[in-house]
This record gives sequence, structure tokens and C-alpha cells, in this order.
Amino acid sequence: MSKTYYDPADLRKFGNITEWSEELGTKFFDYYNSVFQEGALTAREKSLIALAVSHTEKCPYCIDAYSKDGLQRGITKEEMMEAVHVGAAIKSGAALVHGVQMMNKVNKLDG
Amino acid sequence: MAKLKTQSLHKRESELANSNRQLEILSNGIFKSGELPKFEDKIAKIGQFPLRPKKLEILQINVGYMCNQVCEHCHVDAGPDRKEIMTKETMQQCLEVIKNSSAHTLDLTGGAPEMNPNFRWFVEEASRAGIKDFIVRSNLTIIRANKKYYDLPEFFKKHNVHVVSSMPHWTRGKTDKQRGEGVFDQSIKTLQELNAIGYGMPNSNLKLDLVYNPSGAFLPGDQASMEKDFKKALLEDFNIQFHNLFAITNLPISRFLDYLIASENYEDYMYALVEAYNPTAVAKVMCTNTISVSWDGWLYDCDFNQMLDLKVASKVKHISDYNEDLLNDRNIVISQHCYGCTAGAGSSCQGTLA
Repeated sequence: MSKTYYDPADLRKFGNITEWSEELGTKFFDYYNSVFQEGALTAREKSLIALAVSHTEKCPYCIDAYSKDGLQRGITKEEMMEAVHVGAAIKSGAALVHGVQMMNKVNKLDG
Repeated sequence: MAKLKTQSLHKRESELANSNRQLEILSNGIFKSGELPKFEDKIAKIGQFPLRPKKLEILQINVGYMCNQVCEHCHVDAGPDRKEIMTKETMQQCLEVIKNSSAHTLDLTGGAPEMNPNFRWFVEEASRAGIKDFIVRSNLTIIRANKKYYDLPEFFKKHNVHVVSSMPHWTRGKTDKQRGEGVFDQSIKTLQELNAIGYGMPNSNLKLDLVYNPSGAFLPGDQASMEKDFKKALLEDFNIQFHNLFAITNLPISRFLDYLIASENYEDYMYALVEAYNPTAVAKVMCTNTISVSWDGWLYDCDFNQMLDLKVASKVKHISDYNEDLLNDRNIVISQHCYGCTAGAGSSCQGTLA
């Protein structure tokens, strides 16, 4: 067994999850592939959303995959970093907005 | 930050200047251990081994490896220090072949083909041979490199040359990283100049196409989407128009192989190529309709095989003995680099295949 939880080479094996549950695995990958097709949003826009979410989910496999995907689509470093900031802003905003809950509680107990 | 090389692998006496060493790398490691299947086994599964040519359509002639640029991923290992240049005598032999060949496309490449001292003579002679599509692969910056090249756009126009030029990205940073400092600005000026005399304009017969190849260890994206993005950016930012964008995959040979190994991307890149293997692209790979001629007249299945010194597997090996029927009755020489032409939508000097 590996001594680390994450191995970059495991990303290549993602498709193998189908081996232990073919029906669900196939359904997942069909769904996944459909999601990233051109639609109301372009595949390029979807790639940037995926990159931002990869960071908020702190998924190293996804970060590798969508950094590469962005390069393949000609997405620039500046665009990628802006997308990551969007994710980070929502993440920090999501933490900070709970400050209102704290204020409510403090005001109720000690207002 | 990537530091640009200023000398070819040959000049640096790198072990990767040796084509045998490159072929060794491509056949050992993950391919020898069976971790990844060899290209031969992969195409045998779809009944395409040995790979055979179809009708000859394109004669691609490399008139020399000398170039004014030293691009990071050049599969030719071209540069100012390369002295291999096609002689007028070999050009004469090529002209005889062009006149009698069934190929409808003549594709001149290099290096910078314009640096061959007999380039203009050759173009003038070849343009009289009744070829349907006459391509010159110009790196754009050569036209501004010296005043003796300044009139090349008019020269191309006079001979109805189809200009195909490399452009790795529509931004300065990515282009200069791959092709050298200042290449982007010079390329933009030349493209504007070509547009001004009618090249690349909508409905113009003066064809101007761009070649995109990735700036790093990744595969090209969808050609049609990339073309849309390139057209939008170049028009908005620089008022530049062109006809088609060809997305070409970097093959793991020469300077790109050197880069892959040095950046520890070699195995991942080979995995990416094998995983993206597209069997429908196999029947359309360019070696099935192209003959590549080197500066010294040797014949190859493609420009990549030329750089690996894999001559055609035929009794006819040199332009001086050219015989199209005999040549067409051959098996195409393959190795693991061929995965580059069958990945994703496929890749050729004319862009995607599938």
C-alpha cells in the first residue's frame, strides 16, 4: 500500500471505478461527459468553473486535470487565476457571512 | 520560468541530437515493460499493421534546417547554427518529380525555407509545374529579419503561394515563451502586412493559414474552438484575419522530447497520447498520402520520420531514383512517436484528421 493518500498516477485509473460497479460507473461517466459538452455555456466556460470548484473542493486530481484542460483550450494563466479567486472569494465569503450568525447570538445573549 | 535555448541540440552536442538515442527512448521504459502498448500492437488490433500508403497527394520538401529562430519544441532541431541546406542540384531533381508526380500539393518547409539561397528560384520553377496547392511554411519573423526578405509577401502573392505560419497563441507571453523573445510582435506585423496585400482576407484566393501547437506538455484542444478564439482575439486586438487554424500535436521527438524529459513530463505525456488514441484517425494519418523529402534528397514517410532518420522502407530511397509506383508499394515505418498523429482528433501538417 502507498504511504500517502494521494498518488498523481491514480487519476489515470479513475475510469477503473466502473470495474466494481459497471452500471453506476458508466452512468456517472456518461453524465460527467454530457455536463462538459458545449451547451448554454461554452466548454471553455465550463472548464473555468470546474477549475474554480476543483480548488474550493481542494481536489488535487481535479486541479491537475483542469489546469491541463485549460491549457489545452488556450485559456491563459490570468483567466485561470481569476477563476480560482472567484472560488476563493465565495469560500471566504461563505465563512465570513457566518459572522452574522455570531453577531446574532452574541446580541441575543449579551445585547 | 522557462529559459529559452539559443542553440540547437546538435550544436550543444546533446545525446538527443542522435536519432538512434531518441528511438531507443521511445521503445524502452514504459513501452518495453508493457505498461503502455507499442503503436504497432495498437494498430494491429484494428487490422492496420503494417500501415500502407494510399494515393499520394502531398510532396513535402524540406529545403534545409537553417532557421532564424530556435523554438523550444522544434521537431527539426532547426536554428541559425544548422548548415544543412538543399542544393540547386537536388532542387532540380525535386522539380522533375513535381512535374511528373500525381501529388496535388507541394509543401515547402524547413527550418525557414526562405533562408535557402535558391529558394526564390525553386518557387518560381515549381509554380510552373501545375501544382494545385503550393504551400510555403513561413515562420513570419524571417520576413522582417533582413531587408533581403522584406518583399517576400509580394513574391508569395506573385506565385500564388499558400502561406502557412506558426502561431502558438494569440498572446505575446505564450508565443514568446515557445518561439523566442520578440517573435510575437514581429509575427503580428507580418500578418498585418500579409492582410494588407490580400492574404487571409475573407473570400481571398491568397490563402493564409495558421498552425497552433501547444506551448507545453499537453495536447491541443478542439481545432474549431481554438480557431474561433484565435480569430476573435487577433481581429479584436490587431485587426488580423486568416483562413484556417491547424491544431498540431507536438510529437515526442527532438527538442520536444528533450523538453519532456528535462521537465519530467515524458511518461505523463506518453500516457496522454496513448489514452487519447483514436482508431478512426489511423486510416487518415498523413504518412498515408505524403512523401517527405529531406534537404539531401532522401525520402521519408513524414517529416517526423525524417528527423528520426527513418527512411522509407522501399527500394526507392532517394529523390534521384524516384518512382511513385514502387514507392507506393511500401510499408510505412512506425514507432511510438506515431501516437502523436492518432491522439484525439488526430494530427497532421494539415491539422486534425478525424
